[in-house]
Amino acid sequence: MPYQLLRFAFNKQYPENRMFRCPDQLKAHYDAVIIGAGGHGLATAYYLARDHNISNVAVLEKNYIGSGGTGRNTAIIRSNYLTAEGIRFYDESVRLFQDLSTDLDLNLFYSQRGHFTLAHSDATLRTMRWRAEVNKHLGVKSELVSPEIIQEFCPHLDLNCNGHMPVLGALFHPPGAIARHDAVAWGYGRAASQRGVEIHQQTEVIGIKLKSGGVIGIQTTRGEIETPKVLSAVAGYTPKIMQMVNIPTPLEIHPLQACVTEPLKPWLDPIIVSANFHLYVSQSSRGELVMGAALDPYALHSPRSTLDFVEGLAGHLLELFPFLSDVKVLRQWGGLADMTPDFSPIMGKTPIDGFYIDAGWGTWGFKATPVCGKTMAYTLANDDPHPLIVPFSLSRFEKYELVGEKGAASVGH
Amino acid sequence: MKLMHCPINGWRPIQEFSYGGPFRPMPPPQTCTDQQWANYVFNRDGAAGVKKEWWYHLASGVWFIAERNTLTDEILRTYLFQEMKLHE
Repeated sequence: MPYQLLRFAFNKQYPENRMFRCPDQLKAHYDAVIIGAGGHGLATAYYLARDHNISNVAVLEKNYIGSGGTGRNTAIIRSNYLTAEGIRFYDESVRLFQDLSTDLDLNLFYSQRGHFTLAHSDATLRTMRWRAEVNKHLGVKSELVSPEIIQEFCPHLDLNCNGHMPVLGALFHPPGAIARHDAVAWGYGRAASQRGVEIHQQTEVIGIKLKSGGVIGIQTTRGEIETPKVLSAVAGYTPKIMQMVNIPTPLEIHPLQACVTEPLKPWLDPIIVSANFHLYVSQSSRGELVMGAALDPYALHSPRSTLDFVEGLAGHLLELFPFLSDVKVLRQWGGLADMTPDFSPIMGKTPIDGFYIDAGWGTWGFKATPVCGKTMAYTLANDDPHPLIVPFSLSRFEKYELVGEKGAASVGH
Repeated sequence: MKLMHCPINGWRPIQEFSYGGPFRPMPPPQTCTDQQWANYVFNRDGAAGVKKEWWYHLASGVWFIAERNTLTDEILRTYLFQEMKLHE
């Protein structure tokens, strides 16, 4: 019987489906090179090929695609931010996500669930009201809701929170959704590869060649490339790349941890975020609870996870959902979050001609994957920042023009 | 559990401490340019390596310097700011 199956293994009529081609060698010249094959890098490559006809592009990845933040986040998609610049930017991303499965011809398990940011104090409730009003003003669906509404959407939530910090209300954001984060990388990677983009894994960038203040090429562990345009999209590894071109950044790298429980029958419809307990939880299509909490308190370039984190998270989670006390944590992990002083990203041009940056994604990068790809592709193709990303330029710090999103990018209160 | 040596109180669990950011020299605020000041306020040496950092012991209020490898999380030594000259 197994021999019958072997027929299919060697059958040319039914070849094994590969997500993307793996070219043996690097070409001598590319029109653009993207360092980092995470969601952002691959999305940029896709939009460069699709919208700007630039397909002689190589995406270089030190590890495997989506091995960084893209493969480690808690997959929440939303646009209920605080500043006009932030809201416009993330709203575009939410819109792009809605049809992304169809565009990429891959099931991303995208599911619009509704997003609640619970407020357990008066000050927090005021912040939620502020966000709701700014959102509404810019055409994004968000509103302040009472505890009764929250209970309707989430019957298992203990509004009393064990007595000491009851829920007073929440910021309700109906477009809030979750998706399968790895699939977003694979989808963009496959679609980019189909359009001629080359994806090179296990290829580390070790140097960037400059001449007269502009990029002329890249040195990798698999050879040298000539290219006029380079995009650095490596999130937690950005300081390492920026050292190669001598550009200082305000980035501080901290681990961000997450965990999942064993699968449960579907009981949690919406995405629940507690501003005061600083935690977020959703139930994936596999039935697992996907959870995260605050950033690790000190800088560290290691994706290790700790008992401290899962203890703190569990303690607060049980105040919201006491019935979960028997549920087992299946797996915990960490990733590198590149934090900026204003909790907004760093996107666009740099003082070096042809060298572009997409970084400063901290704890807010996954939801921006599509809009980042689209705007960075525009920026590379036109050598001019896309209007949506102009406020996020690297030069904003020396001009003291920060875009303060700590309240909404991280869990805010 | 991870332990850290407070220069005054000795070995305590790391949960009793708060990270105060990297130790950085401040340019003279009255005479430096706006750009130099913005560089001091915002820019960081973000790469991994052995760094001098400010740490604070929450229980006793002691501020001190720690030399820590930000790649391996190994704390090499801790000392009070006044004792820094001795460790250079």
